[in-house]
Amino acid sequence: MTRQLLTGNGAAAWGARLAATDYIPAFPITPQTEIIEALANWIDYGEMDTRMVTMESEHSMITAAGAAAATGVRVFSATSSQGLLYAMEMLYTVAGWRAPFVLTNVSRGLAAPITLESDHNDIVAARDSGFLQLHCSTCQEVLDNTLIAFRLAEDKRVRLPVIVNLDGFYLSFTREPVELPEASAAKEYVGEYDPENIQFRASAPVSQAVAVLGGSPYSYFRYETHLAVQNGLTVFNEVADEFAEKFGRQYKTVEAYRMEDAELAFVMMGSFSTKAMEAVDKLRDSGWAIGLCRPRMLRPFPIKQFQEMLSHIKGIAVIDQNISMGMGGVLHTELMAAMYGQPDAPVISSFIGGLGGRDITMEEFFEMANTARNAVEQGQAPSPRLLYSENELREMRKLQSIAKVERDELGQSSGENSGGNTHE
Amino acid sequence: MYRIRFHGRGGQGMKTASRILGTALFLEGYEIQDAPRYGAERRGAPIFAYVRADKKTINERGIITRPDLIIVADDSLIPVPAAGVLAGIVEHTVLLINSDESEQTWQHRLNIRNKIITLPVETEDRAELRFIGATCTGAASRLLGIISLASLEQAIKDELAELGPQIIDKNIHKAKQAYEKVAPNENCVSQGSEITAGKYLPPDWIDLPFEAAHISAPNVWASATSMKVNTGVWRTLRPIIDYERCNKCWWVCSTFCPDSAITVDESGQPHIDYDHCKGCMICVAQCPPHAIETISEQEAAAQDKLKEEETTS
Repeated sequence: MTRQLLTGNGAAAWGARLAATDYIPAFPITPQTEIIEALANWIDYGEMDTRMVTMESEHSMITAAGAAAATGVRVFSATSSQGLLYAMEMLYTVAGWRAPFVLTNVSRGLAAPITLESDHNDIVAARDSGFLQLHCSTCQEVLDNTLIAFRLAEDKRVRLPVIVNLDGFYLSFTREPVELPEASAAKEYVGEYDPENIQFRASAPVSQAVAVLGGSPYSYFRYETHLAVQNGLTVFNEVADEFAEKFGRQYKTVEAYRMEDAELAFVMMGSFSTKAMEAVDKLRDSGWAIGLCRPRMLRPFPIKQFQEMLSHIKGIAVIDQNISMGMGGVLHTELMAAMYGQPDAPVISSFIGGLGGRDITMEEFFEMANTARNAVEQGQAPSPRLLYSENELREMRKLQSIAKVERDELGQSSGENSGGNTHE
Repeated sequence: MYRIRFHGRGGQGMKTASRILGTALFLEGYEIQDAPRYGAERRGAPIFAYVRADKKTINERGIITRPDLIIVADDSLIPVPAAGVLAGIVEHTVLLINSDESEQTWQHRLNIRNKIITLPVETEDRAELRFIGATCTGAASRLLGIISLASLEQAIKDELAELGPQIIDKNIHKAKQAYEKVAPNENCVSQGSEITAGKYLPPDWIDLPFEAAHISAPNVWASATSMKVNTGVWRTLRPIIDYERCNKCWWVCSTFCPDSAITVDESGQPHIDYDHCKGCMICVAQCPPHAIETISEQEAAAQDKLKEEETTS
């Protein structure tokens, strides 16, 4: 095994390569494009025996991925943000086909307004589709979890597509030392895809029929998919243990960092959670009993694991890098559901931070810990808080006044007298 | 932990420069993290890249707020607020600026007492612009004092492998030159102290008020707003029309210009709107009689200055 510098995108591409992927339907979108560029390059130079087809949209790309997987070949694809949403109809459809493949999503904020930077609203939107979700926080995890994802997807107790999620910029374009598994060891680990009942041969074409059904059989098929997604917890633990045995890196459905004797905990997912680790270290240096609890899996949602890990915790700060309009942080909502009715349930404070790649500073982590501790003392969580400073609003006002001045100058008023600034 | 930030313009090779430095530090046994940061990808736009290096696993991510070393490849970025060159500057921050102005001038202009090291610009030959990254990296390596020449050379070979031996040699040469030039300042960059949870400045969080859609929607209702943005400042190369050679075809350059920055007057003569020309040089490539030539902005500015002096005298 050699250690080398790889971006998150590079790590995702290596994952697809080491898993001996047969087919890659592709469509470009920032910040994911480097993944398919790297794969295309390897295919071009004969380093990968894979067929890549560039499609005309993500909708077609996911259709092709599902269709290819339904013929019994190993499939990989990648997208991001608007691309994932454009494919949304087909995410549900191919999951319904029970077609296993691995899709990398490079998280990026959704329009409008437009941003290129990371935010989890894209991946959270795919939450209920039947895809399993693995969330990464380092480039190493991206590579390893891609390999694990193929085992998870193709396992007969699951037989569903899996999304491996990494954050745009903070992982996609960030290089870190990554241990690259030997190709032979990776191949041995991922193994051959056994499509079981799928017997498709080009020489004997068949059509895959998906019937139009009434509610009763429909309910059966939908619920079977739900059960298969839930099986993902057991299967993940098995294939992750096997991975650890072979490569020495252990992954859990919910990762714990310094949780042993913790009284407080941060709960968050994605690459910013390594910043939370740093905050935990610093807070512990100052005498705080605090840890980090990080779900790797968002679907299936590891309810039992959360309950076990957080049962002795007094206060929690959940940090969501997403916002469900009209409700708030999605992880917060789900964690509340998991902890409701538990004896000695912790007081859970909610924070929305890092939208559109906005930084979360170390001082903010300290302050969130402080808020969570105060909430425990008062026995009540404060209102959910957006991480947004007075200074940021001042900058916003500046932008708004520029917009207003331009509008006035160009004589194209929007028809409102108050213009762009409420503080006039 | 070492925290290093590179500032330059899209196309000047700052991403590659940060990668060379990252690889060199990795070869020296450091854990590293390097990353570029940009908005819409375009030539000439301010971009930055950063490198972190530590002896233990790096958990910090994203923008560097308290840099130990700031490297500025293009001194015209310093007054651009959006470039954020001086963001988070602290007492021990060292600045390495690619500039013909002296250290004292920059200290005076910026009203800071930080250590500043300048590298004179070598752009008489505009082809040399391509080596700004290598120059900056070579100098930065010496200022850090923890990178050997052998690691620097290997890092350049690794990162530029696809460009062939000639370009690699030229980059190594440039990097070594800069490495020697800043020898008196070897090891002047130190690692900043870490903030502690015991004593920190709490964030000034606020509750956002509700504001009506005509204020809070991200829309600007106006026409021709792009005219307001002086995109000409993104340019690193300037196209100049040689009217002796121009055959007044009336359409080629103006049609191919992706920014509609070339207009043709009634006599058929094309004019470049330098306030909005971004310097993509498509017109240079398209002009049938090769009547548009390229000069670097640095050179163009010098010529402008000369002309100005002639007219005033």
